[in-house]
Amino acid sequence: MQQIRNFSIIAHIDHGKSTLADRLIQRVGLIDERQFHDQLLDTMDIERERGITIKSQTVALPYRADDGTEYELNLIDTPGHVDFSYEVSRALASCEGVLLLVDAAQGVEAQTLGNLYAAMEHNLEIIPVINKIDLPSADIDRVREEIEVELGLDAEHALLCSAKTGAGIDEVFKAIIERIPPPTGTPDKPLTALIFDAQYDQFRGTIVSCRVFDGTVRPGDTIRFMSNGAVYRVEEVGVFRLRLEKRQELSAGEVGYIIAGIKNISDTRVGDTITHHEHPAPEPLRGFKEPKPMVFSSIYPIASDDYQSLAEAMEKYKLNDAALVYQKDSSAALGQGFRCGFLGLLHLEIVQERLEREYNQSIIMTAPSVQYKFFLKNGQELSVDNPHYYPDPGSIQRAEEPYVKISIIIPERYMGAVMKLCVDRRGVNPHFHYPSPGRIEVNFDMPLAEIIYDFYDRLKSVTQGYGSFDYDFIGYRESDLVKVDILVNHEKVDALSLIVHRDNARQRALQICERLKEEIPRQLFKIIIQGAIGGTIIARSTINPYRKDVTAKCYGGDITRKRKLLEKQKEGKKRMKMIGAVEIPQRAFIAVLKSKED
Amino acid sequence: MAHQNAGLYIHVPFCTAKCCYCDFYSVSDLTLCDPWFDALCREIALYRGQFSTFDTVYIGGGTPTVLKPERLDAMLQIVSRHFTIQSDAEITIEANPQDITVEMAHQLVAAGYTRLSLGIQSFDDTVLAFLTRRHTARDGVKAVYTAREAGFKTISIDLVYAVPGQTRAQWHKTLVQAIALAPEHLSCYQLTVKDKTPLQQRVVSGAVVMPDAEMEELFFMDTVSLLASSGYHHYEVSNFARTAELVSRHNQKYWLHAPYLGLGPAAHSFQDAMRWWNVTSVKAYIERLQNGDSAVAGGEKLTHEQLRAERLMLGFRTRCGIEHSFFDRSQKSHAAIRHLAAAGLVRVRNGRVLPTTRGMLVADSMPHLFL
Ligand SMILES: Nc1nc2c(ncn2[C@@H]2O[C@H](COP(=O)(O)OP(=O)(O)OP(=O)(O)O)[C@@H](O)[C@H]2O)c(=O)[nH]1
Ligand code: SF4
Ligand SMILES: [Mg+2]
Repeated sequence: MQQIRNFSIIAHIDHGKSTLADRLIQRVGLIDERQFHDQLLDTMDIERERGITIKSQTVALPYRADDGTEYELNLIDTPGHVDFSYEVSRALASCEGVLLLVDAAQGVEAQTLGNLYAAMEHNLEIIPVINKIDLPSADIDRVREEIEVELGLDAEHALLCSAKTGAGIDEVFKAIIERIPPPTGTPDKPLTALIFDAQYDQFRGTIVSCRVFDGTVRPGDTIRFMSNGAVYRVEEVGVFRLRLEKRQELSAGEVGYIIAGIKNISDTRVGDTITHHEHPAPEPLRGFKEPKPMVFSSIYPIASDDYQSLAEAMEKYKLNDAALVYQKDSSAALGQGFRCGFLGLLHLEIVQERLEREYNQSIIMTAPSVQYKFFLKNGQELSVDNPHYYPDPGSIQRAEEPYVKISIIIPERYMGAVMKLCVDRRGVNPHFHYPSPGRIEVNFDMPLAEIIYDFYDRLKSVTQGYGSFDYDFIGYRESDLVKVDILVNHEKVDALSLIVHRDNARQRALQICERLKEEIPRQLFKIIIQGAIGGTIIARSTINPYRKDVTAKCYGGDITRKRKLLEKQKEGKKRMKMIGAVEIPQRAFIAVLKSKED
Repeated sequence: MAHQNAGLYIHVPFCTAKCCYCDFYSVSDLTLCDPWFDALCREIALYRGQFSTFDTVYIGGGTPTVLKPERLDAMLQIVSRHFTIQSDAEITIEANPQDITVEMAHQLVAAGYTRLSLGIQSFDDTVLAFLTRRHTARDGVKAVYTAREAGFKTISIDLVYAVPGQTRAQWHKTLVQAIALAPEHLSCYQLTVKDKTPLQQRVVSGAVVMPDAEMEELFFMDTVSLLASSGYHHYEVSNFARTAELVSRHNQKYWLHAPYLGLGPAAHSFQDAMRWWNVTSVKAYIERLQNGDSAVAGGEKLTHEQLRAERLMLGFRTRCGIEHSFFDRSQKSHAAIRHLAAAGLVRVRNGRVLPTTRGMLVADSMPHLFL
């Protein structure tokens, strides 16, 4: 066990974690040069397409030190984007130390701090590493100072490296061996293994990723999941070596996987402790803090018949993305679905995309919402993230909504347009900095709800793509909130209701009415679309019926042809939702989520 | 349904030339008439005894009157020899106006034809020219007189509206002319652009612009109100009869799922939820029957669901609509009928759901509400 080191690479987004992992992997010769490609650990298509890490990845590096000692280094590459911070916090629970990367040109940024605090919470050894020293714009002295002042770490011992050129990599290895403590734990105590990730495999069942704290697990052992008592017989254990590599056993201090024919998906819970069935540990490990979602939305299958399939996909998906929280939800308009909480908008987008790509689901998502707080006259306090649960307006004393501090960095010439956008979106308390000549950083306090509603798209369009954007939650503030309902021929379409600031209600309602008018095809009846606050109509549009569709002739040979057409049209209507007698195509629900302001 | 009287249809697949809008199956090689007739006789023999009684016979096309009157006479005789034809059967023949000579008219009456369906299309020579018809407005008028004099008791006139360039006033004139001739029956079809027709090519190329939906609706409403005020009974989307007895009994069979037997190339048949159809080629038709084979090219057995869909699809086209008891008792059906009634598209009367005139205009969409 003295020869094991468990560590994560953590940093702000794009500071070079995955690239550093590449160098470490190459240095120990885990992959031959022909098979190598950049960001080897970003294995998912979406990660490669977007150039960011979304999931933590573990790889066990066999390392021979100069003195000939053989080490096993368990490296976990983590994502830098704040929306995937839950991946980081779980990775840290398996480690004794971290490499905290800081980009030599960018310096300390929001997630450098965020991730440092997370590492400190776990009492981990922290090795600051200044990366990208090869860049002409690298300013090592300034970054050292930031590490001292902003992070409160000892910069004297910060390592210097370039994950790109490989400079300083030997020192990184040396520091890992010397500065990160080996794991503690006792191989012959009762087994405790912490599940930090999992993946469902069609043939082998759930593959559980875990860190063994005490005890040893071998094929043939009977194991038990401590939270629910599910019992399985271990088929295989092993470590991650870019692929799964079988081992005789996993012992205290090691990180690896367990396969035990786990076909019941819900048995596995990330954060649960695995122990031996016969000699159980007295208590489970501490597990993880629950993820704290910031953005909420409901997911429905496009065809209601596909609910079961979606339910299974969600369950499997959740194994592999513990940050997603969801529960059953149902809508009169869209049928059965799930109310989901996400760590942010990017997380929401990734969940949607992975469900569609990896799990073949056709889904629609309702407008994202934040969590509002309502303080009622009877003293009750209510958290509401779903318009469905908006309290009776007469009972509300006051309401609050979450605010974030936004930071936008832009070339100075876009200043005017960005200011206007921020003020339009209820931004207050502006601040400006000039990080470098010609560039300006704009800060505003802004309701999170304004951001989740296509703010980023608008920003990109007013800055022609030159704006970088980030935000941090700063707390709840008082707000004047109303619920807007959308009615189609006087029937409420629950999936389209939304909670908005009173000042935005009319405009949003109008937008939705207009959008629906464009997307709902003419039908047999006149369609009236209305936006309403309670009983007051605040927006309206109408779709006139079409008046003629009948074919002139229908004799012997025409009948079969006509019926087949009817059958085909009926098939097409599966993608329609009926609201009363009105057919609303699914794309109408999707279209109303997108604004079109220009 | 087996006890219901059946209809017999014979497809004469010949025309001297093709009209630009027509997609009926016909060829202009008249040398095939003899072998075709031969094959038809064989096909008639094949079905001997399979249908009980026919109370309608319909010789359609194509242009049946490209055949010699003697042959049209022989055709009915062979039919009567092999099948049981009810004595008061409705026996219709389609004809183009230019073919209705005095002799032809007399021989048809003598042969036993009781109903003449004249493809007049228009009483406006510009329209007829546009449609590449090979007769004039005068030919049309003359044909009606000739047929009357020869003794046809029931005459039906086919007309076409919504022709590019046609105004409402022009169409009105054609209708007034038709009414003046006092036919027992009128079919008024909106010109439809069919696949693979010369008209379609001209529309696609932009050489010709079809009237828009609003115009089509006006043409339709004009037609219905003028004919109604002249005493015609609007009993199907495109069909009008002077009295309830004068409706086309044969065509009703298509709309009511009654049994019918179709003979000749491309003809369709229906009996007991089975539908089948013949090869769409005169040559293949002749060849098959010469070899002693059947001309049937395909068929289907309609499921309950499909029969239901067709009943809805056909029922909303006809003035007598659909019996209320046909609809299931589901919430959905109830709500649909209520909504349709509220929108003035149907009326519920005497246990039937009847389309209004506006309802007929959207007959193709109404079934969706119940499927
Ligand atoms: N010049 C230079 N570029 C580097 C260095 N390390 C990484 N990069 C580049 O920086 C970009 C981001 O690198 P990644 O390794 O994907 O960064 P990351 O920290 O894993 O990013 P996330 O996983 O999305 O948080 C890539 O274009 C790398 O090629 C370095 O030492 N020098
Ligand atoms: S419209 Fe009549 S005459 Fe003209 S091609 Fe068609 S079937 Fe023949
Ligand atoms: Mg990465």
